[in-house]
Amino acid sequence: MPNLKSPLLVSGGPEKRVFLGEVDAMAATHVAACYQCGKCSGGCPLSFAMDYQPRQIMRLVQMGLADEALASNTIWVCATCYTCTSRCPRDIDIAGVMDALRFMARRRGFRPGDRNVGVFHRSFLNGVKRFGRSHELMLFVEYKLGTMRLTEDLPLGAKMLAKNKMAILPEITKGRAEIAALFRESARGAEKGGDKL
Amino acid sequence: MKRVGVFLCWCGSNIAGTVDVGKVAEQARRLPGVVHVEENKYTCSEPGQAAIVKAIKDQRLDRVVVASCSPRLHEATFRRTVESAGLNPYFFEMANVREHCSWIHTDKETATPKAFDLVRMAVAKALRNEALTRGSITIEKRALVIGAGIAGIQAALDIADAGHEVILLEREPTIGGRMAQLDKTFPTLDCSQCILTPKMVDAAKHPNITLYTWSELEKVAGYIGNFTVTIRRKARGVDETLCTGCGVCQSKCPVKVPSEFDEGMGMRKAIYSPFPQAVPNRPVMDRANCTFFKTGKCKICERFCEAKAIRFDQEDSLIEVKVGAIVTATGFDLFKVEKYGEYGYGLYPDVINSLQFERLVNASGPTDGKIKKPSDHEIPKSVAFVLCVGSRDEQKGTTYCSRACCMYSIKHAIQFRDKVKDGRAYVFYMDIRTPGKSYEEFYKRAAVDYGVEFIRGRPSKIFSRNGKLVLKAEDTLLGRPIEVEVEMVVLAPAMLARNDAAKIAQTMSISYDGYGFLNEAHPKLRPVETNTAGIFLAGVCQGPKDIPDTVAQASAAASKVIGLLSHEQMATEPMIARVSEALCSGCLWCKPICPYQAIEAKTITEKIQGKVVSREVAAVNSGLCQGCGACTVACRDGAMNISGFTNDQLLAEVDELLGASRPACAAE
Repeated sequence: MPNLKSPLLVSGGPEKRVFLGEVDAMAATHVAACYQCGKCSGGCPLSFAMDYQPRQIMRLVQMGLADEALASNTIWVCATCYTCTSRCPRDIDIAGVMDALRFMARRRGFRPGDRNVGVFHRSFLNGVKRFGRSHELMLFVEYKLGTMRLTEDLPLGAKMLAKNKMAILPEITKGRAEIAALFRESARGAEKGGDKL
Repeated sequence: MKRVGVFLCWCGSNIAGTVDVGKVAEQARRLPGVVHVEENKYTCSEPGQAAIVKAIKDQRLDRVVVASCSPRLHEATFRRTVESAGLNPYFFEMANVREHCSWIHTDKETATPKAFDLVRMAVAKALRNEALTRGSITIEKRALVIGAGIAGIQAALDIADAGHEVILLEREPTIGGRMAQLDKTFPTLDCSQCILTPKMVDAAKHPNITLYTWSELEKVAGYIGNFTVTIRRKARGVDETLCTGCGVCQSKCPVKVPSEFDEGMGMRKAIYSPFPQAVPNRPVMDRANCTFFKTGKCKICERFCEAKAIRFDQEDSLIEVKVGAIVTATGFDLFKVEKYGEYGYGLYPDVINSLQFERLVNASGPTDGKIKKPSDHEIPKSVAFVLCVGSRDEQKGTTYCSRACCMYSIKHAIQFRDKVKDGRAYVFYMDIRTPGKSYEEFYKRAAVDYGVEFIRGRPSKIFSRNGKLVLKAEDTLLGRPIEVEVEMVVLAPAMLARNDAAKIAQTMSISYDGYGFLNEAHPKLRPVETNTAGIFLAGVCQGPKDIPDTVAQASAAASKVIGLLSHEQMATEPMIARVSEALCSGCLWCKPICPYQAIEAKTITEKIQGKVVSREVAAVNSGLCQGCGACTVACRDGAMNISGFTNDQLLAEVDELLGASRPACAAE
């Protein structure tokens, strides 16, 4: 965590607002337009689990506090549901900014504060790679094994199975070959220094 | 036997919520003389007024009492109603059971009997009301506009265009006011001078406008339609008719002093025109700094003046003008930002105020529009703009918001970013207030297109560190302390009433608030009138506002003046003082007390026991008397009375209130 008690120093030097510019370019939006109304945070279904509210992330970007924004768990907790983006009165693509920040965090070697976040994302992508579509039961099992939080959420899982909310067998999509090609392409990109999935 | 009708208004729930109107009605029916009592949800509404007219006819009423709101709101309305039913309008009487009762009480048990008290007092007075007739006065078809900033110029042009003569008074050497000092105007970034100077020239050239610059208001006497105004024309030191405005005198003058027009950011001479486009283009002599007036030697200006227009021996002169209406547009002063010791204004040369920045950024200003630090004349790479310096600060400044500072500071930040491409502009604010057409969009443009950085928090201290100015604040959006290093700081001062606003108000007998802003007659419904008939307000003298609002208000004031001057005559209220000559002993104590000089001595002759005797009595000039009543209080003989508020009528109310014989309307 950053030291919140010592004053934040702004040099007022002629250097450009680099971080803000990068985020704006990547998310194709204008974070400077944010007037901090907090509507994004107010409507965010996951704000309860975030260390910084979405509004605060916008402010960190405006102030160029890159390390703090990239180290936050907020960007990983964000489910990209786009509620914030669809409701933003300043027309800022907040979910897009979260996406951009996740990319930047990976590139710059920031690890999500909560390691389970990584396990979840990996489990999810493994499922897609295997079947062309997410398979909840497999995701559930893989995530549980990966985090060793075996007993947590078991009653919920049982309930979902009983209500037919979770299929036992995976659905297999027609476009599996194309999806596999996407993964291969991505892996090649990663070898050349791009983002690794 | 008099027949009184009492109309009790609910005013929706305004009165009926706190006063049991039904109970008051029931009690009122038993009052002597009352033959008709009626309740209405809104008596001022059309059906409410129609009910009064109907009752006057059906019940043959000769006195009408309405118990509702303040007479200031609807007395005129109901007088007209009563008149339309064929009754003398002064047989109408009003009981204020809203402002004086329901609005200030919460308890129905006590408010109800009080409302009844007010009603029975009004009935007692109504029984003694007399028929009165309105007089008329001639209107002087000329207006005076005090102050020739954008408000005064706009009002003068509008009135003059309507065909009336205008006298435009300005105490500075030139017209133009504050707007002439500005560089650009928000949110369109129009050049201030480019849109102002044509109006200045129009005002100077208009056949209906007489311009008096370097002149002050000395005295105002008279009343609506007939003001007599004394103007002091200060000695200019220059014969305006001979001077050609060539400017040689100011170029040759050896004295240099800080320019008021440039807010001390540049210098001027001891004989000077504040700026090149000054109207009139005639210099004034600053005697306090002139070498000749200090040492008795110099007169260089006189030597070089080819028009022989320099007058060292010129003296102030007083002129008297008669006008029918007055527009007050005296403008504003700025809060002295040095009152914030923690901001270091005066200590650090690169901490300046917004009007100084305006001169720096102005193309015709002392730096030709280059933003330069006063300390070393270098271009700053970072500037912080601090809002609310003196505004919204109960301890050091004023309680109110000055309304224009957010917008002009955003404009300043934009101008800085425009001129210094690699510079950084920080705006320290508490709230950004953008209530105007295209204002919010301007704010967004500053943040997005111009990269102006907004920091929410009032700086607590500005200090110097390693040659930079540091603003110590909290970024209240991040919730943590912040220190911002910049090279220049611009403080946005609160707009204040002129420091002599109270004196101006007293000269004209108009009211002003605790800050010296002149009071409008009603904050919503009479925004440009004052409580003194015939005197109107325009611009910041009434309260802080920006240029669009100022111009709108000036045109509004002008339309009121035009309305007034479009009549040859106007009706006067008959409620003025009258003397009972039989009772008057001629002591004339009333004469010095009258604030309107309306009382004179008069000699009358009368026959006493067959002998013709002459004696002196007081006589009231009905044109001058405003019905204030001061004379009636001074009169030892009870000979002086205000029609409509005679001693007899007022005492009837007191007797009614105190009379133990009457049944009290206690809660039953």
